[in-house]
Amino acid sequence: MEELIEKLKLQIIEQLNLEDMAPEDIDPEEPLFGEGLGLDSIDALELIVLLEKEYGIKIQNPKDGQKIFFSLSTMAKYIKENQK
Amino acid sequence: MKELFINSYCHIKNNRIFVDGKLLYSDKVADSLSLFAKSGYRYIKPSYNKFFKMDEISKLGFLAAEVLLSGVNLTVYNEEDIAVILSNSHSTLVTDLNHQLTIDDYNNFFPSPSLFVYTLPNIMIGEISIRHKLRGENAFFIVENFKADIITNHINSLYLAHKANAFVGGWVNQSENDYEAFLYWVSNEGNILHNAFEINKLYNLIY
Amino acid sequence: MVYFRSDNIISSLGFGTEENFFSMVSGEVGIKTIVDQKYYPKAFPASMIDEERLNKEFQIIADQYSNNNSYTKLEKMIIVSVNDALSLTDIEIHSSRTAIILSTTKGNINLVSNENEETFEPERILLWKLGDIIQDFFGNPNKVIVVSNACISGALAINIAAMYIESEQFDNVIVTGGDLVTRFVVSGFMSFMSLSPTACKPFDKNRDGLSLGEAAGTVILSKHKNMHRQNIIFKGGATANDANHISGPSRKGDGSYIAIKKAIFQSNIKPEQIDHISSHGTATPYNDEMESISIDRHHLESVPVNSIKGYLGHTLGAAGIIETVILLEEMRQNILLKTAGFEELGISHPINIINHTFNMEINTCLKMASGFGGSNAALIISKV
Repeated sequence: MEELIEKLKLQIIEQLNLEDMAPEDIDPEEPLFGEGLGLDSIDALELIVLLEKEYGIKIQNPKDGQKIFFSLSTMAKYIKENQK
Repeated sequence: MKELFINSYCHIKNNRIFVDGKLLYSDKVADSLSLFAKSGYRYIKPSYNKFFKMDEISKLGFLAAEVLLSGVNLTVYNEEDIAVILSNSHSTLVTDLNHQLTIDDYNNFFPSPSLFVYTLPNIMIGEISIRHKLRGENAFFIVENFKADIITNHINSLYLAHKANAFVGGWVNQSENDYEAFLYWVSNEGNILHNAFEINKLYNLIY
Repeated sequence: MVYFRSDNIISSLGFGTEENFFSMVSGEVGIKTIVDQKYYPKAFPASMIDEERLNKEFQIIADQYSNNNSYTKLEKMIIVSVNDALSLTDIEIHSSRTAIILSTTKGNINLVSNENEETFEPERILLWKLGDIIQDFFGNPNKVIVVSNACISGALAINIAAMYIESEQFDNVIVTGGDLVTRFVVSGFMSFMSLSPTACKPFDKNRDGLSLGEAAGTVILSKHKNMHRQNIIFKGGATANDANHISGPSRKGDGSYIAIKKAIFQSNIKPEQIDHISSHGTATPYNDEMESISIDRHHLESVPVNSIKGYLGHTLGAAGIIETVILLEEMRQNILLKTAGFEELGISHPINIINHTFNMEINTCLKMASGFGGSNAALIISKV
């Protein structure tokens, strides 16, 4: 899990162009949206692409994203449970 | 009605940023718009993280507007009366080609929403409007080469119809091997008359 | 005064305003399921132009102009559309007092794909070049003015045309526009998860996204009135920016509200004079909600509102034009079209969405448009 979270940090920084952000700046339990990292609706869609591209997981309903992408740790947990 | 004037203008080309014809910043190393935009950002320091999410041409337009409007007191205007009227020749061609690369091959088919959204030239107007809270008229024209009279004409018409009283006008273009921004601020104040002749003169000031 | 002289729509529902309007009155929907790898790996609903008919109609015009050059699908659509609208008037296309404004978001973007049967020079993909092609075909002396401002392009182009006539720069302005359904836009909107799996359902409780469509449309504005038909004039228009987000509309409908407020002011009318609204109505959850808030903020909640997107999908750069053309036809015939796809109201601010086509005398109408980049536009048109 630790390893996956570290990998996700790098992927998110790269995919979402979080230029001034280092992996250690992201708290795995902190909300990704709103206050936390300040991500927006386009970032949420981009995370859906990331899951499909890097982990082969398809999210059909964008509303499901709210729970899955709540924090890095919820995202990692979802990947662990759904990766084939 | 009072006449319109230009009291500030900005050029960005060949890795240099000029304000009112004077060199503000140059980068001798950057060999792409992508790198130059980043170094220009580091110099201007707008501390605006959303900048890094923009496509290259929006970054270019954003930086030009940042420099142009830094000397303008926007608070004296009603945000609904500030118009942004821009133009270019290549629309968003470079970004379009990048989006196309993500969809050419069905075996590697991952269109990106954050890239696709930038395949419209007026997204740059949106970015500038968000940054500076401009809620007035918008228009984006596509012309083969810089043509002051299309923009001047539109700005004058908006002004005469009382649709706006202050304007960001200009040209922001990116082709496959070149880029160029030229923005100017139009209002009741200034000492350069707002007409196509003067604007062409300003445009040609920087090579 | 600025008069609407003539118009045309080229779409899945027909070639010409009357054909399109008749289909809509009959309740016909142009959005069908498309299964074609050229556009997308999976099936998706869209409103597509009958290419065989397009080629046939285009050839007749090309022969009249003795023109043997090759043209792209979009160019053919626009040429057929302009030619039809022109043929219904005595407007002199070769006059320097006649201008052409072109509205498009992506122009010949299908040419970026490597799967095209015919090849064209690389600059054909540039939007000003598309303007040149149209200018050359018709032999108009003025450079075509090309407007590309996302989904408000068409409404904005009409607004600009009216400004040109009011300021006496031109006597007649042909506003034309078009966009295609391409892999480029289908995959882009898919990545936004904003395409409905079925034909779109504007303002409906179960709406789940937009449908794309391809179309070309034309309206001709003039300082001269029509001698033989109901005169409708352009009263006023405006655009405004949300200054909020590049893809999501303002939750409070700020830009839309400002655009309508300014258009009403420009028109010198009272809001209560508006007796019909043609909304943007894309059927995405956020757009329709935003528009209903903007309409409600103007206290226009009881005015009958429709969206044409349920018939022809979202036609991008053509949308503002063809939806204005349908609005003009509604006014001439005093018929209000139902919002195809709409069943049960699904917005937080109740407004009067038309759910069945009916007759009503309408005199002053509002056309709304909104798009990416936070852009919004509003037009007021009226009978005289």
